[in-house]
Amino acid sequence: MTAAPTRLACFGGIYSNYLALEAALADVRRRGVDAVYCLGDLGAFGPHPDRVFPLLADHDVVCVQGNYDDSVGNELDDCQCGYVDPRDNHFAQISYDYTLANTSGEHRAYLRQLPAEIRLEIDDRRVLLCHGSPRRTNEFVWESTASDHFLERLCREADADVVLATHTGIKWQRQLAEGRQFVNVGVLGRPENDGRRNVWYTLVEFGGDQVQVEFVPVEYDFARLAREMADEGLPAEFQETIRTGWWTTCLEILPVKERRRGAF
Amino acid sequence: MAATLPVIDDPRVPQVELASFDQLWFQVAGTLCNLTCHHCFISCSPKNDSFGFLSLDEVQQRLAESVPLGVNEYYFTGGEPFLNPQMVEILIATLEYGPATVLTNATVLKDEWLQRLADADAASRFSLEFRVSIDGFSPETNDPIRGEGTFARALRGIVKLVEYDFLPIITAARSWPEADEARVVGEFTEMLRREGYRRPRLKILPMLHLGAEVERTHGYRPSERITAEMMKGFDRSQLICDHARIVTDRGVCVCPILIEAPDAVLGQSLAEADRPFGLSHGACYTCYQYGAICSNPSAASGGGHAARPT
Repeated sequence: MTAAPTRLACFGGIYSNYLALEAALADVRRRGVDAVYCLGDLGAFGPHPDRVFPLLADHDVVCVQGNYDDSVGNELDDCQCGYVDPRDNHFAQISYDYTLANTSGEHRAYLRQLPAEIRLEIDDRRVLLCHGSPRRTNEFVWESTASDHFLERLCREADADVVLATHTGIKWQRQLAEGRQFVNVGVLGRPENDGRRNVWYTLVEFGGDQVQVEFVPVEYDFARLAREMADEGLPAEFQETIRTGWWTTCLEILPVKERRRGAF
Repeated sequence: MAATLPVIDDPRVPQVELASFDQLWFQVAGTLCNLTCHHCFISCSPKNDSFGFLSLDEVQQRLAESVPLGVNEYYFTGGEPFLNPQMVEILIATLEYGPATVLTNATVLKDEWLQRLADADAASRFSLEFRVSIDGFSPETNDPIRGEGTFARALRGIVKLVEYDFLPIITAARSWPEADEARVVGEFTEMLRREGYRRPRLKILPMLHLGAEVERTHGYRPSERITAEMMKGFDRSQLICDHARIVTDRGVCVCPILIEAPDAVLGQSLAEADRPFGLSHGACYTCYQYGAICSNPSAASGGGHAARPT
């Protein structure tokens, strides 16, 4: 177990959005935290995947390996995102092929050695940082399709009081029995399918009886990101998501409540 | 007693344990259906009462039983679930526990039911999913399988569900050659859009060579079985028996597809049904080939190479 800080900044899914990462790290610095964690999927979707790595190093961001990182690091054939719909997989493959082709060997080696999970102990609380779920890197745990007793079982089986995860692209949190907590920390890479262009990271504060969770909106130069995506020949559908805040791909994996909130 | 039925004891048959009890299914309408589809894998019909309805009380009891086991999602199938006179109450009760999915042919839905379900859905933290079974993009392709006039009736049901903003998942068993899939799906989607379903959700299922489908085409060949060799390196979470069980009025069975199989009943309680099952059936071969055929897309277990972290 690691000697632990009490205030963490966490985010998932950078998806090569180095502009949002810069903005989020500046905000984190202003607020002051004890440690910064990225829960995986450094590349995907956005332009110039190599640009996120120096930022992560400069700010001592500790990373968990996401499915994308495992794929790019090991030069696998696909991103292992876990989509089941042909259109979703079509766009996922475009994104993956671009990201793999534009990630340097040095950065692939870095991705390859990342841990699948990180465990901390903070104020007698066992904290697990993972990508999808404690039991599977690419498991989608959606807010509207996760029962309380299921989340409690995930925590119990993982020997964790607080689970911090990402992968779905939409933040949420649930207080559980016996003081347990499951938090999806959201992603920096693309907006949340709610018509807003900002992205999100999460502050988790330990101290006293409660674990405080605050979701922090991040504004960044989305127009520049979309322009750079266009310049790199990335699909117009991806650019539209960045410009509008509505998802245009990866839609069929959404449960009905999350799907209903979107435009498509 | 059903609980004492033997597990097939052939050492060559691979056994799959219930690795994680994530999904609880209910054969809520038994084998009673208002339709008599020619490809139905359990030959449901208006006269097939070999499995009966589950009552609200029975479902409530099973829901409570599922809590300490950490079950995640609840699915309701039949037959036609909405023939069960307590179906609306059952879904409303389930949404107190977790996400609910109902598999319907959409031909018997009433506005009053849908309004009550829409209200319950709005009040719940959890998703209520409707999955509508249909088998073609026109009466010419659908009705020979599902019965005269069923295409038009199902379409009216889908339009009704869309009006209540349920965004139903339209589920079609692949009754066309796989090579035609892109064209068939494209035409189907266009048809749904013309009917007012602006963002249609689709799930294509492989055909199961069981029940009435044996007469329509053929059953499983003896070679279509899972061997121990095939299981080496295979991601077992692609098989539904790795993470689900189904409650019927005869007991708790291994999966929604095999309820009629002689070895399907694994116990009378959910805890008793937590024991290994031998993959000795042809349908197991289809599940192996296609993976996650019964679950919702949002519950996809991923597959691929992304292993459990530890």
